[in-house]
Amino acid sequence: MFARLVYESFRRQKRRKLLAGAAIVLGVTVATAMIAVATDIGDKINRELRTIGANLVVTPQEDSLDLEIGGVNLKPPTDGAFLSEADLPKIKGIFWHNNITGFAPMLPVSVTVQHQGKQQDVTLLGTYFAKKVSYGTEEFTTGVRSTHPWWKVSGAWPKDDSWDVLVGERLADRLQENAGGVITVAGRQLHVSGVLSTGGAEDDQIVAPLALAQEVLGKPGAVKRVYVSALTKPEDAFGRRDPKSMSGAVYDRWYCTPYPQAIALQLTEAMSHSHAEQIRQVAQNEGAVLTRIEGLIFLITLAALFASALAVSAAMATTIFERRAEVGLMKALGAGKLAVAAIFFAEAALLALIGGAIGFALGGVLAHEIGRSIFSSDISIPPVLLPVILVIAVMVTFAGSAAAIRRAVSLDPVFALRGEL
Amino acid sequence: MSAPMSHQAKDLAASRARVPHTSMFLRMLLRAAVLRRGRAASALFAMVVAAAVATAMLNLYVDVQAKLRREFRNYGANIILVGKDGASLPADALSHVDALLAGRGIAAPFGLVVARTSDGQPIVVAGTDFDRVQKLDKWWSVSKWPENSIPTESQSPLPVAENATSVEQSSSEGLVGVRALPVVSPKGQEFSLSFQGKTLRLTPAGTVQTGAAEDSRVYVSLADFVAWSSVQPSTIEIGANGSAEEVAAIMNQLVQAIPDADVRPVRQIMEGEARVLGKTRATLLAAAALIILTAALCVLSTLMGWVFDRRRDFAIMKALGASGRLLNGFFAAEAAALGATGAVIGFLLGIGIAAWIGRVNFHAAVVPRFSVLPIVLAGSIVVTLLSSILPISLLRKVQPAVILRGE
Repeated sequence: MFARLVYESFRRQKRRKLLAGAAIVLGVTVATAMIAVATDIGDKINRELRTIGANLVVTPQEDSLDLEIGGVNLKPPTDGAFLSEADLPKIKGIFWHNNITGFAPMLPVSVTVQHQGKQQDVTLLGTYFAKKVSYGTEEFTTGVRSTHPWWKVSGAWPKDDSWDVLVGERLADRLQENAGGVITVAGRQLHVSGVLSTGGAEDDQIVAPLALAQEVLGKPGAVKRVYVSALTKPEDAFGRRDPKSMSGAVYDRWYCTPYPQAIALQLTEAMSHSHAEQIRQVAQNEGAVLTRIEGLIFLITLAALFASALAVSAAMATTIFERRAEVGLMKALGAGKLAVAAIFFAEAALLALIGGAIGFALGGVLAHEIGRSIFSSDISIPPVLLPVILVIAVMVTFAGSAAAIRRAVSLDPVFALRGEL
Repeated sequence: MSAPMSHQAKDLAASRARVPHTSMFLRMLLRAAVLRRGRAASALFAMVVAAAVATAMLNLYVDVQAKLRREFRNYGANIILVGKDGASLPADALSHVDALLAGRGIAAPFGLVVARTSDGQPIVVAGTDFDRVQKLDKWWSVSKWPENSIPTESQSPLPVAENATSVEQSSSEGLVGVRALPVVSPKGQEFSLSFQGKTLRLTPAGTVQTGAAEDSRVYVSLADFVAWSSVQPSTIEIGANGSAEEVAAIMNQLVQAIPDADVRPVRQIMEGEARVLGKTRATLLAAAALIILTAALCVLSTLMGWVFDRRRDFAIMKALGASGRLLNGFFAAEAAALGATGAVIGFLLGIGIAAWIGRVNFHAAVVPRFSVLPIVLAGSIVVTLLSSILPISLLRKVQPAVILRGE
């Protein structure tokens, strides 16, 4: 009888049930999408912040002081220590290897460019452009094209295994060279595949594949520094602590948190005779920006949850209020308060479950669309969230109906049946 | 007994005749709200919440860009001014830049030379204004900032430069990079640097760590630097506030004001900033649209319930001969009044929410934007009108007798 009452109520009052159901679906959709966006926004913004450049740098441990003014290295190029190119793939073998979005080795060499009988001293910078590197069975592509996304090339990027070079735009102006030309560097004829514009010191330099720079320098396998771009957790008080002062378990927790310092330590361990450090300009500020944006989206998600809870409650209250006559009839036929309330709650629960499931699916689609249109990458919802969302939907629906149900069951059946309040 | 009654009735009729016709209309509006306090209050509550949420979201949407831009200024300079072909900048370049910025940012001058330590090692020495650097490059991790040199020294650099050996009289404070420290002053003692035969005595006031080129340098105050090396600053780093267009305008003005210099944007900072701001704004817009939609739906369902609930009032009015126009007007006026009241209360509340979010998240108040009020007001009235017109148009098709019979 109970089941039949509930079933008939759904069959006969399609309009009201659709209205309440629509409110639940919309509420759950918005809530699910916002929760998905809020949990993923940190990762998404972190990746966007990586466009500002690498946040870690690895240098040789026993290096002499840099003598760099305005990006021009004044030190004899063979001076100082070097890192080994063979160690580079190990960067992808550290604990947080999944957080490493890319790295680019750098090897600056001072060379003379011969041009129309004149000689010019410039820096030739050897690096990876988009080089395929493999570590174990894992293959990945890395280089300045991913770590330095603000570098713009008119012409073509050189291949990493070629001897083509890029010429910085100011240097290209001075040399009156364009993409497709040939320059003579340290006695070698090099094909210029494109003109590079960075807004920085590279505009006055020649950028070449790493192997070419090593050949010119006469030091095969040498790398001066490596820029590493990593997704990190904003530094907090715990992250700033000195790892040497920590005991076992605390140290493990620190080591297994992607703080910039922890990743720097792991990089130092991975590459022999190296010293990794965070580039404070990038690493410190991205923490601040990330915290602000995450906080903002979190607060807005709370607002969205609140608004959807309210919408569901309002719709439920309205539908129950409209059914006073029905309540009167039930009570006149001898139904107790409990029985009436049970029917309403059962209906509410059914609505919440159906609406919640549909809303969850729609919310997933919405989150996916938001992710694709704004961040051009997917925002996915873990399926474990479904039971949580359903429980919340049922609870909110109950809470929204409770006041209305209480008023409905306490009505005098006589007034209710006569249509008076 | 009937006499005083009728007398009273007459008085009432007379007093009513004197009042303009509109008072009945107002009376109906007011009584409807007062008599069904509960339902009216819940409709108003829904309206207030919706308006508050909409106001807060719109306020944040407008303001968040400015707030985040301030965070991005912590990345330091977004414009760099360098002398053409490595030459020094004209001496008045910094005052030109300051006049041009007029509070819209901060500029720090840098002069750089390669000097030798006492045991002959080359090292980059930079002269700068510590107060400005402290404001511009907030990521510098400095153990202790040195004092800027006493201004009198900078006004008379000539006597000092003439007899360089007597510079020893007093040693200035310098800021030493963490990698440079073991080279120049491993025990934190006084050290000397020489450039073109002139010696500068320095005590390390503190160390600087940035993870970049700064770590290998020694920083001294610009006055000491110019007096010692006779080299004028060659670079001015500028952190300019404002939108991409405003920064571009500042760059244009700089090019015109200081023709001897190259003005370069720091592209990585500017592009990164634009990207992150754009994405955040888009996310916020999507969230705002969803929330406002949900809030509007909440108002719609509450109000529709309220109006539907009063179908008996509607039927009685109709049975008493009210025209369709009057009924429409009545319910529309009611809806508009509710919408306007809710919007104004909600607007105030929403400004409060936005200010609270601003304080909690950005540690700065979100400035209330009164330009949002007309939008919220218009939106609220449209939603309330819509939610009362829908049930009314349904009810109009029904005979009043049917409604009054309770069917």
